[in-house]
Amino acid sequence: MADERELTYIGAVAEASRTVLLEQENAFIAGEDVAGAGGVFGSYRGILDEFGDQRIVDTPISEEGIIGLGVGAAATGLRPIVDIMFMDFMGECMDEIANQMAKMRYMFGGSASLPITVITMSGGGINMAAQHSQSLEAWICHLPGLKVVAPATPYDVKGLIISASRDDNPVFVVLNKLSLRNRGHVPEESYTVPLGEAKVVREGSDVSIVTYSRMVGESLTAANTLSENGIEAEVLDLRSLQPMDTDAIVESVKKTQRVVVVHEAVRFGGLGGEIAAQIQEDAFDYLDAPVARVGAPFSPVPFSPVLEQAYIPNAGRIVTEVNELLNAA
Amino acid sequence: MELNNETLLDIHRRMVRIRTFETEAGRLAEAGKIPGALHLYVGQEAVASGIMSHLSNEDWITSTHRGHGHLIAKGGEFGKMFAELFGRATGYCKGKGGSMHISNMELGMLGANGIVGAGPPIAVGAAFSIKYRNTQNVAVTFFGDGASNEGSFHEAANMAALYKLPMLFVCENNGYGEYTPQANHQAIVDVADRAAGYGMPGVVVDGMDAVAVYEAADAAIERAKAGDGPSLLECKTYRFFDHVGVRGMGLSYRTDEELAEWQKRDPIHMFESRLAELDVLTKDAAVKVHEKVLADVQAGIEFAESSPMPDPATLLEDVYA
Repeated sequence: MADERELTYIGAVAEASRTVLLEQENAFIAGEDVAGAGGVFGSYRGILDEFGDQRIVDTPISEEGIIGLGVGAAATGLRPIVDIMFMDFMGECMDEIANQMAKMRYMFGGSASLPITVITMSGGGINMAAQHSQSLEAWICHLPGLKVVAPATPYDVKGLIISASRDDNPVFVVLNKLSLRNRGHVPEESYTVPLGEAKVVREGSDVSIVTYSRMVGESLTAANTLSENGIEAEVLDLRSLQPMDTDAIVESVKKTQRVVVVHEAVRFGGLGGEIAAQIQEDAFDYLDAPVARVGAPFSPVPFSPVLEQAYIPNAGRIVTEVNELLNAA
Repeated sequence: MELNNETLLDIHRRMVRIRTFETEAGRLAEAGKIPGALHLYVGQEAVASGIMSHLSNEDWITSTHRGHGHLIAKGGEFGKMFAELFGRATGYCKGKGGSMHISNMELGMLGANGIVGAGPPIAVGAAFSIKYRNTQNVAVTFFGDGASNEGSFHEAANMAALYKLPMLFVCENNGYGEYTPQANHQAIVDVADRAAGYGMPGVVVDGMDAVAVYEAADAAIERAKAGDGPSLLECKTYRFFDHVGVRGMGLSYRTDEELAEWQKRDPIHMFESRLAELDVLTKDAAVKVHEKVLADVQAGIEFAESSPMPDPATLLEDVYA
């Protein structure tokens, strides 16, 4: 590719936001510290200067009010992007998410459209402890009416935010804190990454690693280690969690006959269980071993860096899981 | 807006439409013809009617679990409303919402709501939308004394005042949060006092007096459209039927004497006496209004009863756009 322009993961958020505001006159951004401060992670740096305070709005620390603002504005014809600084704060606004945003269209017999993009942050690794480090995507994937994406790369961040903003449904863009400084190729022009499409980011024939968000990087590292021992892992980046690209998962499983699902979220009740169930429903005859899962243990995210490192899944754990899976088969 | 004879008759007609619809809905529910729960608006008609006679389809409202009255006052058609209550395909929500989610976007009605206090933040969004597009409209959120204890109300009040949104907070204080009397769920007497905490005017209005409601709304709407921000109107009113249904569960949380006292101030009877005194509407003419509305309600019920049930194949439609 001739254009090797690079941006950081967080820089891609800012560029996508700017693109959306330029493309859609009814789009605006609202959230805590988004305007004057440009977002606590720098997600919206420069937006206020370029677009003014009608298009980017600082809100009180009122998450239920913020989501309600988005729901009411979207139902009446605007296309809000609302920012929930940490997805841990969804507890403060879960009614407006679960009972209003997700259900309004259905309850109204299809007469309402809710083109809302919710941008939020997940994940640990920066010593923010139990209330600022969670990966709660399973909460929102369980709610019919919502779409959920979790990009791993700067390219996907920009393309998925632009897709989300053009979709007439509520879409959660779940970003990852520890990925903010990651750099990657991002075209300057506007482009989309389709919602609901996974991507094979590494081809392999011995085992499939099905994953998303920051665990894509850990899975690729694990795959390189495994390759040194002659094991070729295929890594599938789901990118979208709701709707989920089950076809891509099944296709990979048919090829490798073994699968490890990897996510940073707590293993119990996490999406790994749903993915494992779908695989046994759709590809049982192709499996040479039970579906394995790597996820966080059943504990709040700890504070101390030593404990946190022991908590968050990493490449080493993925390698171990793959080896156990292959030895057992 | 001037309170001329035409407006008085308009308010009267809205109140009678609500009363008649709700009375018949209650009767049908007790006859087992309506699935699920009904929260009826009888007794509170002056509030919805006094406010809504100011509004057009371009003004947005959010409603409550007790939402039929708001939709009727906003222009809801009886046939489509009964069809929704009956779970028919011809209902306003194709039978997917029912009583607690009845809505119509074309009328600017953002839904009854099964969650107490969920409406105010949504109305903030609608008011933001109006301000963003710079039209001369308002958003009105209806909620009860019970909902005024939910955090959502407080977040919404703060944001609406902060952004000077064209919005009205209309508290229908019917004295009870479900079955719990106001004195047992908040330490204040007037919910309107809470407005001061957010930098907006709060006024107490006789919610049984449609003219008082109309006039209070007039001032609040003028303020909202002038860009001066929201107001809180607390309308003191009373629920003649129970929290759910007509006679509810027979709980002893309030006395028959208390109900009888409030019924002496029936908003429709009081309003009709006033209209008769003003020579705007004679008693005989009022009876004719009731008869006409009852005929409309009966036609609505017939429409609903003869409407098809939803095709089970539509179950998964409308989850996503």
